[in-house]
Amino acid sequence: MAQALRADPRSELDGVSVSIRDLSLSYGAVEVLGDLNLDVNDGEFLVLLGASGCGKSTLLNCIAGLQPATEGQIFISGKNVTWAEPSERGIGMVFQSYALYPQMTVEGNLSFGLKNARVPKGEIARRIARAASTLQLEPLLKRKPAALSGGQRQRVAIGRALVRDVDVFLFDEPLSNLDAKLRAELRVELKRLHQSLGNTMIYVTHDQIEAMTLADRIAIMRGGKIQQLATPDDIYRRPANLYVAGFIGSPPMNLLPGRLEGNIFHGPLVADVTGYDFTTRPRGAEAVLGIRPEHVRTGEAAAALPIQAQALVEVVEPMGADTLVWTRLGDTPFRVRLDGEDRVRAGQVLSIGFDPASLSLFDAATETRI
Amino acid sequence: MARSGPPIRLLQNWPAKLAATPMILTALVVFIGCSLWTVVHSFTNSRLLPRLDFVGLAQYERLWSTPRWQVSIENLAIYGILALVLTLAIGFLLAVLLDQKIRFEDGFRTIILFPYALSFIVTGVVWQWILNPDFGLQHIVRSMGFSGFTFDPLNDSGLVILALLAAGIWQGAGLTTVIMLAGLRGIDEDVWKASRVDGIPALKTYLFIILPMMKPVFATCVVLISAGIIKLYDLVVALTRGGPGIASEVPAKYVYDYMFGNQNLGQGFAASTMMLAAVLAIIIPFALFRMGRKRHV
Amino acid sequence: MSDAAYPAAAAAPPRSAAPRGRLLDGPAGLAPTRRLSGKRIMIYGGLLIFSAYYLLPLWVMVMTSLKGMPEIRMGNIFAPPVEITFEPWVKAWSSACTGLNCDGLSRGFWNSVAIVIPATILSIAVAAVNGYALVNWRFKGSEVFFTILIFGAFIPYQVMIYPIVIILREIGLMGSVWGLVLVHVVFGMPIITLLFRNYFSSLPPELFKAARVDGAGFWGIFLRVLVPMSLPIFTVAVILQVTGIWNDFLFGVIYTRPESYPMTVQLNNIVNSVQGVREYNVNMAATLLTGLVPLTIYFLSGKLFVRGIAAGAVKG
Repeated sequence: MAQALRADPRSELDGVSVSIRDLSLSYGAVEVLGDLNLDVNDGEFLVLLGASGCGKSTLLNCIAGLQPATEGQIFISGKNVTWAEPSERGIGMVFQSYALYPQMTVEGNLSFGLKNARVPKGEIARRIARAASTLQLEPLLKRKPAALSGGQRQRVAIGRALVRDVDVFLFDEPLSNLDAKLRAELRVELKRLHQSLGNTMIYVTHDQIEAMTLADRIAIMRGGKIQQLATPDDIYRRPANLYVAGFIGSPPMNLLPGRLEGNIFHGPLVADVTGYDFTTRPRGAEAVLGIRPEHVRTGEAAAALPIQAQALVEVVEPMGADTLVWTRLGDTPFRVRLDGEDRVRAGQVLSIGFDPASLSLFDAATETRI
Repeated sequence: MARSGPPIRLLQNWPAKLAATPMILTALVVFIGCSLWTVVHSFTNSRLLPRLDFVGLAQYERLWSTPRWQVSIENLAIYGILALVLTLAIGFLLAVLLDQKIRFEDGFRTIILFPYALSFIVTGVVWQWILNPDFGLQHIVRSMGFSGFTFDPLNDSGLVILALLAAGIWQGAGLTTVIMLAGLRGIDEDVWKASRVDGIPALKTYLFIILPMMKPVFATCVVLISAGIIKLYDLVVALTRGGPGIASEVPAKYVYDYMFGNQNLGQGFAASTMMLAAVLAIIIPFALFRMGRKRHV
Repeated sequence: MSDAAYPAAAAAPPRSAAPRGRLLDGPAGLAPTRRLSGKRIMIYGGLLIFSAYYLLPLWVMVMTSLKGMPEIRMGNIFAPPVEITFEPWVKAWSSACTGLNCDGLSRGFWNSVAIVIPATILSIAVAAVNGYALVNWRFKGSEVFFTILIFGAFIPYQVMIYPIVIILREIGLMGSVWGLVLVHVVFGMPIITLLFRNYFSSLPPELFKAARVDGAGFWGIFLRVLVPMSLPIFTVAVILQVTGIWNDFLFGVIYTRPESYPMTVQLNNIVNSVQGVREYNVNMAATLLTGLVPLTIYFLSGKLFVRGIAAGAVKG
């Protein structure tokens, strides 16, 4: 059946901007991308998120045509571009190290691609003027990259993608070389840009804050495979497996191993999980209970909640707005995030509690959500 | 639909392949082809012209029974060991001296390295003049009152290697110094801070901490110096012309003289094959060592 | 600097903490520096001795070349000339005799110029393209060829010189300047290719990717993006090749005919020719003339020369 579908992919590509079919890439015996399928909708902001070496940048390079895939197909705007040159794919790309041509002026950087494509001079000038006004680059056009700040360089790099008048923008960790303050500023600027242009954007990052704030959907990758593809809210509240649960959130989710008998969880604490929204029934009894540090309540607020326990405070890390408390439930380390106003000391015993609705439960054998 | 056919393998990336043809030809035709050609012809009795008339190991037997070749090999061994040890020692010592946050570091480095810019011919001619018995060092020491002083390496078959060494090290030790200095500068400053905090004297730090960390730099220098030693030719031609007698002959000169002077190609081929074997004996273990190290990282 | 767009690795030296109130009596502030400790004297003493070893031959060369023969026979080679004469320089340049003719080194100088210029340009052009293809357009086997090339740098020339005579004879270039140029292109290829390969691979690969997204091809990326930002490494390569080719003796003597011998071969023929009275002052002037081109390059280029040989050596 799959064969038949591939013969005429157009009908199912309506509203899909970038479509990746059964894509795999291996270097000899090493598999970098494994049988990947992904549809990115028109105008969507998709973030590929993962630790370094998970294949996210490789996938982006495959989409751009900078890295030939071993197998599979790539469609952009309804066209099969699997074998097309990068410049023929209708994409613009922004890189982590900006990759500006150092000996060309900003104007030269913006026009290089258009000159290669033999775009008429008037049209080049028009497009540069438009991109420059969108990104406030007008005063910089005659400068060389060396005379620009990091933020300005990255805006020029974005401009270089902008002038190409394409449907799809690819971003490869574009903010990672900037300092924290600039990163936050450009993040907002990117979001504004996406809202005003409405292009499809595929954005690679290892920074979960960027992913959560920018994305319409996030694809979390690991070992060349997509672990979960969902909205930021879903990924945060309903992680599909243990890896995603541990990867998203800072500090990460507490994961407590134990057994699930009926609706009662026996582990470092005993919890009645009635009220938890089960996706499937667990196959075995071995389970992992996950609860985010920020969903744990203490003191009086805890007393009203269905699940309660006593935790011994070991280390307290005040961070201003909130305070991270490292505790132990028996032998198991357990993190609690408190409001900055709460006063806790090491050695104190803390009453904690949480709601089954904010839990995540995983099958210990398959590591997937139950 | 921009659906082109699957790319044809051989044509993939064709401008790169076309641009790399000179490199491919050099690698295959010159470096491999010509070397093999010479090795094969070393088993023939070619004389004036190369001929494929195989005589087994006859050329090698003759080679190793020729006194001139024996002297050449002996010279190369003595010169090689002394030049290697002295160059490494002087190079490291000078690099350490230059690394002491001294004034005029650039000036000293310029002085130490400038002979490296000169050809071996120039080097040989200069040292021939300095070691000239009638006007050079011997003459000057004698004229200072030591009339019995004798130092005439260019005419003393026992000392002539010293003349080659003085000139060779003068020309080449600067390179080793610069590489070692780069190596010293590449060592993490924190190592020095730690050894100062621990109260280890500078000399001990150099010998027991820095020197072992410089192993890769030393390995590079050893390979470079050795490659230079085996090629030793121009310097001998300009400084001693192999003399006195055959006292300062070297293998590279043997090869040249037999190929282009005596028109005994077979001997030249056999001698050059021996040189190749010597280089391979140095290079292959080094390459294996480096490849092994890369794989473990 | 054309590559200043990329963050420099150099870190600023740590600044010392601001002085605070003195708590106790005792040492405070900068430690007194002993200007000339015993250690310092040894360091400078050692360096001066070595400097003498390196500089004296140069001194002797210059002094001898400025003396007349009678003064040389009487005096000491280290002493400066009593009477300065430029006669030896004139003679070395225009009328010194090799075994064959008596028109001095000038012929060899111009021969060397005619060899060095095309050989430098061609070898760098070929090697730069090699380095670029090896870094950015790898194809099956490209690394194998490169490995052979690097191994080739260590093969003694003596193993290859004779078959090359045959090849040059077959293609009709034996004895000509162009044949020698070809030989220099071939034997300069390993080190210069390595130089460019290391340089190009130190550039961010994203620059290359960006240019491909911008639709530039193999030559477009090389000529319009990479070459303009690689001027320092081209300078290093020019320095290496000009000095290396100028100083060559072996290839010159094998692959050219006497009338197109390069300067080094002519110098050797002048100094070591057995006929006539030995004129040491002319010999030294001739030696200096031959060394003048590489020495000028060396003193003018300074750190680039060092960078060139270090780049070739350490990374290899």
